[in-house]
Amino acid sequence: MKILFFLVTFLISGSLLAAESSNKNMPKHEWSFKGITGTFDKAALQRGYKVYREVCEGCHSMKLLYYRDLMDIGFSEAEVKAIASEYTVLDGPNDEGEMFERSARPADRFVSSYANENEARASNNGAYPPDLSVITKARKHGEDYIYNLLIGYEEPPENIEVGDGMYYNKWMDGNQIAMPQPIYDESVDYDDGTDNNEKQIAKDVVAFLKWSAEPELEVRKNLGIKAILFFLVLGTVVYLAKNRLWRRVH
Amino acid sequence: MDDQPNKKRRDFLQLSSITIGAVGTAAFMWPFISSMNPAEDTLALGTTEVDVSDIEEGQSITVKWRGKPVFIRKRTKEEIAEAKLVNLEELKDPEKDLERVKKEEWLILVGVCTHLGCVPLGQKLTDSKGEYNGWYCPCHGSHYDTSGRIRKGPAPKNLPVPPYTFLNDTTIKIG
Amino acid sequence: MSNSSEPKKYKNSFLNWIEFRLPIISYFQKEYGDYPMPKNCNYFWSFGALATITLVVMIVSGIFLAMNYTPHTDMAFDSVERIMRDVNYGWLLRYIHSNGAAFFFIIVYIHILRAMYYGSYKYPRELNWILGVFIYLLMMVTSFMGYVLPWGQMSYWGATVITNLFSAIPIIGEGIKTWLLGDYNVGNATLNRFFALHYVLPFVILGVVGLHVAAVHVHGSNNPAGIDIKSKNDTVRFFPYMLIKDTIATCVFGVLISAVIFFGPNLMAEVDNYIPADPLVTPAHIVPNWYLAPFYAILRAVPDKLGGVLLMFGAIAILFVLPWLDRSKVRSCNFRPIYKWFMMLFFINFFVLGYVGMLPAEGTYLLIARVGLIYYFAFFLVITPFINRIESPQTLPASISDVYLSENINNLAHSAEKETN
Repeated sequence: MKILFFLVTFLISGSLLAAESSNKNMPKHEWSFKGITGTFDKAALQRGYKVYREVCEGCHSMKLLYYRDLMDIGFSEAEVKAIASEYTVLDGPNDEGEMFERSARPADRFVSSYANENEARASNNGAYPPDLSVITKARKHGEDYIYNLLIGYEEPPENIEVGDGMYYNKWMDGNQIAMPQPIYDESVDYDDGTDNNEKQIAKDVVAFLKWSAEPELEVRKNLGIKAILFFLVLGTVVYLAKNRLWRRVH
Repeated sequence: MDDQPNKKRRDFLQLSSITIGAVGTAAFMWPFISSMNPAEDTLALGTTEVDVSDIEEGQSITVKWRGKPVFIRKRTKEEIAEAKLVNLEELKDPEKDLERVKKEEWLILVGVCTHLGCVPLGQKLTDSKGEYNGWYCPCHGSHYDTSGRIRKGPAPKNLPVPPYTFLNDTTIKIG
Repeated sequence: MSNSSEPKKYKNSFLNWIEFRLPIISYFQKEYGDYPMPKNCNYFWSFGALATITLVVMIVSGIFLAMNYTPHTDMAFDSVERIMRDVNYGWLLRYIHSNGAAFFFIIVYIHILRAMYYGSYKYPRELNWILGVFIYLLMMVTSFMGYVLPWGQMSYWGATVITNLFSAIPIIGEGIKTWLLGDYNVGNATLNRFFALHYVLPFVILGVVGLHVAAVHVHGSNNPAGIDIKSKNDTVRFFPYMLIKDTIATCVFGVLISAVIFFGPNLMAEVDNYIPADPLVTPAHIVPNWYLAPFYAILRAVPDKLGGVLLMFGAIAILFVLPWLDRSKVRSCNFRPIYKWFMMLFFINFFVLGYVGMLPAEGTYLLIARVGLIYYFAFFLVITPFINRIESPQTLPASISDVYLSENINNLAHSAEKETN
């Protein structure tokens, strides 16, 4: 029993360690949503949404989000209506059988700049700007990777030839990326007086993307603590009951 | 001699194990049950805005609200008068016509028969409007009047009025 | 309500009424109440119960997910994300289901490891072992199909790679592959039939589990000493003695799986599966689910396509005949001083195979996979059949009670001391 038990523990912890060790080299950063009780900073998310609108939205869609979702990050219903109404969506057919344009409503999905993937590729030298709805779940190292990428633009080293329409980035696979550096100091004006340096802007937009990928994060962690406490309490009581019960077995 | 308190403690432990386990199981079931309720995207579609400027007197249109048909009828003077004149004591589900409309000429109803959920006839000009000139449910023969009240047949209640507001003279927001 | 001539076995007349017409009450009393378990069974014997619980949780969460899932290539990815975002507690259902699958395999692997170490597959429980391997096989098929449903990049390319295995069969291979896919490529027809099968196969598993449990109850459970029950003194009733141990195991399991579901729900997921399937772009590094990785490693370790496929299926098929490969009469490895260590090495080897199965098949990793492959088959075909020629097992204890007493002598002394106080 003991040897087998150690073997099982060894194998399981070994695999966890192996998973952990693949994290080498990717610098990690402080995030408010990290940890067991981590939560989103709504002010940062709202700033991040502003960054998305002013910097990213021209090329990157977020098709899985609805405007109504913005109420989760602290916008009021009226504000969300106002934001949505700045976009037009194609609706229809109407009673005459024709498609028509109308302004977006909170129940509409985020409007994409391009009608489809082909148009997006055609406008971006053949590169497809990926949808950002779940981007932090869709890349290894998630938020840390996206943040590093956004601030990872550099002059290419002398021995490296950067392709036409490509840029050098430390963290991109193969170091060449089709997206030009999107964020500079002061490229977005903040209304709340937060210092709008490059790192702060990147950090805010990444926080927004994390929320977009895992909007359930706060509820999930909260419920998780209760679930674990439940099993611990039940386990302890049953363990005591078991000891009593088995004492009679000889 | 030790047996008695031991037994008590064991009973207590077993009882609390069973109680905690039962509470936990019930709590565990809740997310599953809750997942069958309408999702957020469904709830977000809870309002419909309708432009009624094209409807002429005596005409009806049907719009969809929360997946159900909503009847919007611009009533004629005769229909309004007919609805008002009814003696409330004759009604199965007594309601004044005034309580069922916000503007006299506009009657707005959820078009689902209160009997077993069929959609009554009476919207199209060619439809049978039933004995009371309102709507007629072909499933089990319920007759509704020009205020959508049940007058004859098995249906127990009047056709319900959905929550709505006039955004302006020609636009109605349902929901 | 019952006729006066009906037997009165129980105090409750409703129970008597049922029992007379369908004797399920006495059946449950016999199989889950009075059922004698060897009293020296350790917590490894709780993994069967854990697996059953997990299977039920998987089926229930799966049914509720299916209520909101759309098996169409254009909508599958979005419908899964809709479950995660808009359906009440949808994220919980999905994370329970996706992580539950991984934990189901961990539990079943430990359950198999226990059966191998303590020789539970030997006479008279061979059929029980065969049913178990059959369940394992069904689980692999079911989980593979389930992994395709979210229609991410890994779903699509995993399905492509695995179904291409069948094209290795000479002459009819291409035909079989096309028949499986219902298309020339993985497409909408494939997704639709995988959904249908993924929904129904768990119920087949449930049925085979029923047989598996019924079969073990015929001759009773094995135990760490691997010796037969000789008297009533060797056993305890399942209820409440074993049930209470299974409940403790369930709580420990609950803590572990909750930690993953709530605090690291994507730890065991591949990031590429959050990118919608794209038939024109293959991800840089295709990996199977980790619980299928050992077999994937075997597949890639062989330089020949057909040979790799044959060895991979052979690695699973060989499990079926294990009861006849092992010639030793002693069940438990506790009393087999040499085989015990080969057994341990087999477990580690299987783990290492899984590890290299997740890594690129090149250089050292490929070499390790080949060594692992050789040991895997050598263990079954050479070591297991012939080890008893050089190994002399230790003397088996006279009875289960003796084992239990010697293991618990300290506990007993302790409690006796308490009682005299």
